[in-house]
Amino acid sequence: MAELAMRATELVKWFGEGETKTVAVHEISFDAWFGEMLFIEGPSGSGKTTLLSLISGILRPNSGTVMVEGQDLWAMTSDRIADFRLNKVGFVFQDYHLFPRLTTVENVAIPLILKRLDWNESINEAMKYLEIVGIKDRALLPPVKLSGGEQQRVAIARAIASRPDILIFDEPTASLDGDTGRRILEFVKKNILNEKRCIIIVTHDSRIFEYADRIIKMEDGRITGIEQGGEREE
Amino acid sequence: MKGILKIAYKLLVNDKGKFAALLVGITFAVFLMVMMTSMFAGILHRSSATVLNVGAKVWVMDPAVNTPANTIPLPDYVLDAVRSINGVKYAVPLYSAGALVKLRSGVYQSVTVIGLDDASLYGRPELIEGRIEDIYAENAFVVVKDSEFPKLDNPRIGTEFELNDHRGVIVGIARVSTGSLFGVPTLYTTYNRALQYIPSTRFTTAFILIEPKSGDAVSNIKAQVAALGYEALTKKEFIQKTSNFYKYQTGIGTNVLIMTVISFIVGLSISGQTFYTFILENLDKFGALKAIGAKGKELVFMILFQATFTSLAGYGLGIGLASLVITVAKLRLPSYAAMITYSSLGFAFVMVLIIAGISSYIGVRKVLRIEPFDIFRG
Ligand SMILES: Nc1ncnc2c1ncn2[C@@H]1O[C@H](COP(=O)(O)OP(=O)(O)O)[C@@H](O)[C@H]1O
Ligand SMILES: [Mg+2]
Repeated sequence: MAELAMRATELVKWFGEGETKTVAVHEISFDAWFGEMLFIEGPSGSGKTTLLSLISGILRPNSGTVMVEGQDLWAMTSDRIADFRLNKVGFVFQDYHLFPRLTTVENVAIPLILKRLDWNESINEAMKYLEIVGIKDRALLPPVKLSGGEQQRVAIARAIASRPDILIFDEPTASLDGDTGRRILEFVKKNILNEKRCIIIVTHDSRIFEYADRIIKMEDGRITGIEQGGEREE
Repeated sequence: MKGILKIAYKLLVNDKGKFAALLVGITFAVFLMVMMTSMFAGILHRSSATVLNVGAKVWVMDPAVNTPANTIPLPDYVLDAVRSINGVKYAVPLYSAGALVKLRSGVYQSVTVIGLDDASLYGRPELIEGRIEDIYAENAFVVVKDSEFPKLDNPRIGTEFELNDHRGVIVGIARVSTGSLFGVPTLYTTYNRALQYIPSTRFTTAFILIEPKSGDAVSNIKAQVAALGYEALTKKEFIQKTSNFYKYQTGIGTNVLIMTVISFIVGLSISGQTFYTFILENLDKFGALKAIGAKGKELVFMILFQATFTSLAGYGLGIGLASLVITVAKLRLPSYAAMITYSSLGFAFVMVLIIAGISSYIGVRKVLRIEPFDIFRG
């Protein structure tokens, strides 16, 4: 049996008050395991991004717990939560959020610099990750000069540069064409996933379900079912 | 932290348009502030030109005298009384008044005539041409070669002119440290000749200059002179009194102050506004940094660094620009009075720090409040 990477218990998150109150995440509990590609699937507005933020230390839930390595994430001080974001999770944002004023390799080096590696060390290390995602030759260009798929790879390189245990993707294929999307997923499954790492991917792109180990189905902030993914499809 | 600052630096400087706008704002503010205060410092400095050039340690005057330019003649007995005060090494009279000179070309030009004590010539200027003894020769005057010198048609030794219908001749050309404020040339002669040439009221002494026996004697001298109903001021005190007069009792001080405040406000609003826009437009970057794991204090550090860096760069450019303009202006207009002093540099520096502080305060508040979630929810 694989090891537990993260356990979410009865997470609740709402926005607004009174009339305008929206419950985005409604008592959601699930486990994520090392070595698996866990998909979260659901229509737009069903609370997927909110849920990802709750488990990655970015957004504080109204109630519920996120246990990582036997510790309650949201019971920690804000500096320790920042450390958690820096060291334990890597987040690939939907719009990548790369820094247009920095070069590609500098973008990837950011988490390393935040970890207090010195500048040259960070850049050298970042180079290795660019090599892993296969765009080392783009290192000195600003990210806006790169194609969508290349930018996605930069975002992945940045997310894995801090060597996180848990890697989180929000709609990784939303702005890519089908082929590129599949190639990225193929690449992630082959090169990024390992026994000591858990990858959580939010998507409503059914073309990539074949890469899932498990799929959590969401609707209106609730889990409607958990399926086994992969070869079972089609 | 060094790496984080380097990131902050690149985020700032690589955004060339905004960075340039920020620099322009601060440079402009510093330039204006330094120009204003330098102009004022120059005016104040020149208003004390006579005190600085004559250089006497202690000056006796009527208490109502505010500046060396507005003299109230002292009765003759004051000189004798001062000479008998304990601690006075010697005391001499100084004559100072305006007069009209008719140049060889027939043009009239007003001048300031300073009459030095005949026996000692105390307070005499340094000559660059001629010999000081020649001041005792008939009709002799020494002219000061300052920015007003050309108004006398650039006289040379031997040049003749008329002063109140008396013949005058230049016997020496002097150099002084400080030019006058009022745009009139200065002539030196002896006390007695000045009296002969210039119609006077009953009393003729503008100031009594004292050389004290020692520094400790000064307070006694001041007390004794005060008992006579007059005022004895050290050189420094007299300069201070003159400055205060121009600062507080003429329109100059208030106007310069208002202009300085305006340039500060203009600079603050330009750079504060630009910096605020810079922060706003980079809010998603700061949000992303937060999401990646930057701590609040690291972001604060980045913003402080960006604000400080811009401010210091703008400060340097502003001062450079001001020095350049003042230098060029002085080459073209010899009587241009501006003078960059340490206090105006210090003042502008403090103002720039305040600008940086306010700008970064606004930025920091904004950045600490962002929820990264709101930014990348998409
Ligand atoms: N900051 C917010 N303020 C108000 N409502 C929000 C906020 N963030 C998300 N929501 C609402 O929460 C619900 C879930 O949003 P989200 O997690 O972004 O969905 P998904 O990622 O599945 O499209 C939506 O109805 C959305 O409108
Ligand atoms: Mg979403």
